[in-house]
Amino acid sequence: MKELSQRLLGPATIVTMTLTIWLGIWVTPPDKIQGNLARLLYVHPAIATVALYLSFGTATIASALYLWRRTRSLVMDRVAHCAMEVSLVFIILTLITGSIWGRPAWGVWWAWDARLTTTAILGVLALGYLALRRANDDFELRARRSAVFAIIAAINVPIDHFSVDWWHTLHQGATLFGPNRTFHVHGSMLWTLLLSFVAFSLAYAWLLRARYRLEVKREHSNTETIEVALERRRAEGVH
Amino acid sequence: MIRVALLVAGKDLRVERRSRVLLWQVVPFGVMALLLCGLALGSAQAGHSSAAPGLFYLVVVLVALLMINRSHAIEATPGTRASVATLGLDPAGVFLGKAAALAIELWLTAIVLLAGAVLVLHTALHGTLVAVPSIIVTLGAIASAGTLYGALTSGGNAAATLLPVLSLPTFAPLLIAGERSFYSALHGGALLEWWVVSVVALAVYLALGILLYGVLEES
Repeated sequence: MKELSQRLLGPATIVTMTLTIWLGIWVTPPDKIQGNLARLLYVHPAIATVALYLSFGTATIASALYLWRRTRSLVMDRVAHCAMEVSLVFIILTLITGSIWGRPAWGVWWAWDARLTTTAILGVLALGYLALRRANDDFELRARRSAVFAIIAAINVPIDHFSVDWWHTLHQGATLFGPNRTFHVHGSMLWTLLLSFVAFSLAYAWLLRARYRLEVKREHSNTETIEVALERRRAEGVH
Repeated sequence: MIRVALLVAGKDLRVERRSRVLLWQVVPFGVMALLLCGLALGSAQAGHSSAAPGLFYLVVVLVALLMINRSHAIEATPGTRASVATLGLDPAGVFLGKAAALAIELWLTAIVLLAGAVLVLHTALHGTLVAVPSIIVTLGAIASAGTLYGALTSGGNAAATLLPVLSLPTFAPLLIAGERSFYSALHGGALLEWWVVSVVALAVYLALGILLYGVLEES
């Protein structure tokens, strides 16, 4: 069952992503006010959600589980590391798609808006996490320190989330829901938007799995290289 | 925990007092950075700019980075960590002590920098005095976060360059809260609200430090 779901992950991602693109470009109508610019709605919010909550959340939870003695394992450290890398990719994509929207809407590629700034800070924190991992050679120390850092960095996720409410700046507030939990988006636009969330979540899971497998192979290759080198040394000693 | 904190804070402050690095290197660096900020603004702007609170906090953050590095360099000599570990000191107490010592050093430096801001950047003396409670809390939060980040980066490769990369994004919300409350004290505004943000940040970083410092020092 597990094997089957893993095999289906790739095709499911491709199918949902293709459907999102098709619906987003050809089926849904242009927005009354923003015109075709509103089509970025099928990309940007989904990418941002994956970056901030799904990916950063996975990294934080895996880090917390690594620090808890009962669940401490190499798997948790690897998951946290891989999720943070994928998170960085999605944060960069969030900023790029946001800028593409911002240029025609606000007239600038970048504005000193609370949401933009806090997201950029989150990106720098993800970069810092990866830098911290490279700075420590000892496995235990590296895993422990990066887990602590991921938990501290996660404080910025709620700041980023609530930034649009705390500071009334350029970035809009909740897009999907109105103040009374009523939908702002309707019809084919709503379904395409919801599908985009599924498509990018699947893409995230696929990327995370691929990155995890790569990490396992890299570790295996490193260990093998050391073992081969040791074997060679031993052989030299015998002769 | 409090006893250990007092012991560690006393030890760190004694080291600073004897080495006099704070007095002869860190404080002059801060004053020079403040002067450079004035030069960057230009003579026409330096005395009338509303940027003074932001510049003050920018210099404080730069000074804090130096101090954090120093605070953890004390423990970096071979065998020191092992000795501390064998003493069985409560890690939460060690964290609180190091954070307290760092906060005291930052407060002392801030007195000089605030005097500099009044003289060089022409910030109103009354407004500056009104801002003092928020400055005390914000610097306390910077010291707590900095102690945690110092422990995270100490001993690793390129610790001196890694510390700013990791800590500056975290200092950013503190810098905003501190700058806004200082600005409100000078020109009117939501002083109390921003002060509360700094208080919450201080509480969060103290709690995180007490919980996680032991994990970082674990061997």
